[in-house]
Amino acid sequence: MSENTRSGAIQVKGEVLSTRRAGDYHVLTLTAPGIPELARPGHFVALGVGGVTSANLLRRAFSIYTVQSRGVYGGTLEVVFAVSGAGTEWMAGLHRGQQVDIVGPLGKPFMLPKNPVPCVLVAGGYGSAPMFMLADALRARGCRVDVVFGAATESKLFGVLEAKRVAASITITTDDGSVGERGRVTDVLPTVIKRTDADVVYACGPMGMLREVAKVAAAHGAYSQCAVEESMACGIGVCMTCVLPVIGADGITRMVRSCVDGPIFRGDRVRWDDVDTIPDDVYGAPVKGGH
Amino acid sequence: MTRAVITHSPRRTSAEALPRVDMSTSLARLELPSPVLTASGCAAAGRELDQFFDITTIGAVVTKSIMMNPRSGRPTPRMAETPSGMLNSIGLQGPGIDSFLDNDLEWLRQRGARAVVSIAGGSVDEYTRLAARLRQVSDIAAIEVNISCPNVESRGQVFACDPLAAAEVIASVRRNTAPGIPVLAKLSPDVTDIVAIAKAVVSAGADGLSMINTLLGMVIDTNTMRPALAGVTGGLSGPAIRPVAVRCIFQVHAQLPDVPILGMGGIRTGLDALEFVLAGASAVSVGTATFNDPSAPARVAHELAVALAERGFERFEDAIGYAHRTPEPHAAPGGVVAVHPVNPEDDIADGDIRGGVEG
Ligand SMILES: Cc1cc2nc3c(=O)[nH]c(=O)nc-3n(C[C@H](O)[C@H](O)[C@H](O)COP(=O)(O)OP(=O)(O)OC[C@H]3O[C@@H](n4cnc5c(N)ncnc54)[C@H](O)[C@@H]3O)c2cc1C
Ligand SMILES: Cc1cc2nc3c(=O)[nH]c(=O)nc-3n(C[C@H](O)[C@H](O)[C@H](O)COP(=O)(O)O)c2cc1C
Ligand code: FES
Repeated sequence: MSENTRSGAIQVKGEVLSTRRAGDYHVLTLTAPGIPELARPGHFVALGVGGVTSANLLRRAFSIYTVQSRGVYGGTLEVVFAVSGAGTEWMAGLHRGQQVDIVGPLGKPFMLPKNPVPCVLVAGGYGSAPMFMLADALRARGCRVDVVFGAATESKLFGVLEAKRVAASITITTDDGSVGERGRVTDVLPTVIKRTDADVVYACGPMGMLREVAKVAAAHGAYSQCAVEESMACGIGVCMTCVLPVIGADGITRMVRSCVDGPIFRGDRVRWDDVDTIPDDVYGAPVKGGH
Repeated sequence: MTRAVITHSPRRTSAEALPRVDMSTSLARLELPSPVLTASGCAAAGRELDQFFDITTIGAVVTKSIMMNPRSGRPTPRMAETPSGMLNSIGLQGPGIDSFLDNDLEWLRQRGARAVVSIAGGSVDEYTRLAARLRQVSDIAAIEVNISCPNVESRGQVFACDPLAAAEVIASVRRNTAPGIPVLAKLSPDVTDIVAIAKAVVSAGADGLSMINTLLGMVIDTNTMRPALAGVTGGLSGPAIRPVAVRCIFQVHAQLPDVPILGMGGIRTGLDALEFVLAGASAVSVGTATFNDPSAPARVAHELAVALAERGFERFEDAIGYAHRTPEPHAAPGGVVAVHPVNPEDDIADGDIRGGVEG
């Protein structure tokens, strides 16, 4: 595995080029001069919501779906989002020409294999958004790419047609069986890993899904790279809100910031069952009877 | 401090046409080229923000409160967004003083940024040891003492809420700090009488005051119908608390006009910062607004300079406490009013400032 170290984030005023619906999701296209050149698969952006006097101060994080560094508008980027609260509600109402403050690219991107090994890309819901840039990068290295997309129902799948373009095979699962196999991505993942002899599993989706994917990958001797989604206040590493327990190369568990040390982590390094807790053996844990 | 004339209302001219304002200021013995700093816990140790603006240009980086030992902090969720603000319950996660000095402070030193080091402890002894440890290093501009911590030796009573405990911490830190390094006591607004706490820590040797820390708050998630934060309660910050901060600074400056104040609490724009300065702050910290706009400290400094120029100030320092002057007689024609010496002690009666809640 070779590490893509990022060369810093920038803050730019983007302009809305278009918004469109895709099932239950929205796709937002923004001008973002300078960001495409820096963006790698798995990076995210933090968008200011509600304008400069907004009462919603915290930025909202979104995986980068596509970037385009040339063209009529200079640099542009796209994100895919679900409306889930005040911020995404505002984003869904954006019109062409409105300004959006963008900070990015943020986080550590997916690590790519040095050799052309087979890879499986697993996504839950809008977790497929970062998978297309990743698939392109993997294919450019000669890797075979197979995808597994899952969602609660058909309208919550994103990019199935597009996935057909980049993947050797695509397997779909839905909880309600509205399309593909009824069930979860982890029900079909073992078969796909075995069939493709995958060395690496990449995953993006809800924490529960990531935990199971990491287990399945480990059980089949594959590396996993998981994109986590933790609540973030700053997105740039200064506030310490987005932490989760991750085992370091030295074997010690630390509460690490998912915005700068992640959001991509090795699946076997995250202590999935201890997320949202401070494990007793974590570095700097409260001493019994102490603070 | 006397100013010749003041224009009645801000001149609406373009920023370029305005005269340059001397923005230098001082916090006790610390001279600063700019009055805008970061706020503890909102800028880590400056490195991340340096991507967005040159951190050597701001007044100083106030670092995240550091304790003796590494600390994992509280479980997540650690934050909840609130109207014009947020709640946080980080629990002072940090690497401990040794790692902080070797990595964070060293980086700031090499970068050439001024560093105000914030320290936090669970006992008077911990604060004392932190001060003693900091005495061994050079290149720190000042120490900010975060006393909004539970005292493990006093059933978790917060130091900042008890004048005696607060004074004891500050006296010990002052004794163990090199004489040239200012010690700032950071006050909590969650007290009945902030002036009393201010007086207690100043008597104990504080060279200046940082105010305000967050206010204790709580959010309940209406879906889970449980507290939104794992830590149940958290500290409220952001523009939502700004009027509380301005009030605290105004009250303390009226009583202790010679004690420099580093003001903070909801500053998002240059005009917000100006309120703090007019209330009596000699410098300001920008905290939560940095999460909204990572360039906020640099932007606020620029906007503040413009706001001062628009109001006819040539020196930043002339604006400190300017809201405490006596009411003006009728404005002279042309929007120019008569000259007034600014002397808050003489002008404002105690009762006016404390001004209890009425109605
Ligand atoms: C690295 C990363 C990548 C993400 N990528 C996508 C994506 O591609 N598409 C997409 O639809 N969503 C994505 N999310 C989730 C997205 O950030 C939240 O849905 C969004 O912040 C909700 O904002 P809101 O104002 O609508 O909701 P509210 O609930 O009103 O938000 C309140 C606060 O909580 C935070 N918050 C709420 N839900 C989440 C969440 N799930 N994750 C992180 N913070 C949250 C918000 O940032 C805000 O500060 C991503 C999150 C992270 C951390
Ligand atoms: C996420 C977060 C972490 C903070 N950590 C500290 C800290 O470690 N020490 C401290 O003295 N104050 C801390 N504060 C308080 C700020 O320094 C500041 O006093 C307060 O937030 C009010 O200013 P603001 O509204 O500009 O943020 C923290 C605030 C936030 C939001
Ligand atoms: S979101 Fe602030 S440190 Fe990660």
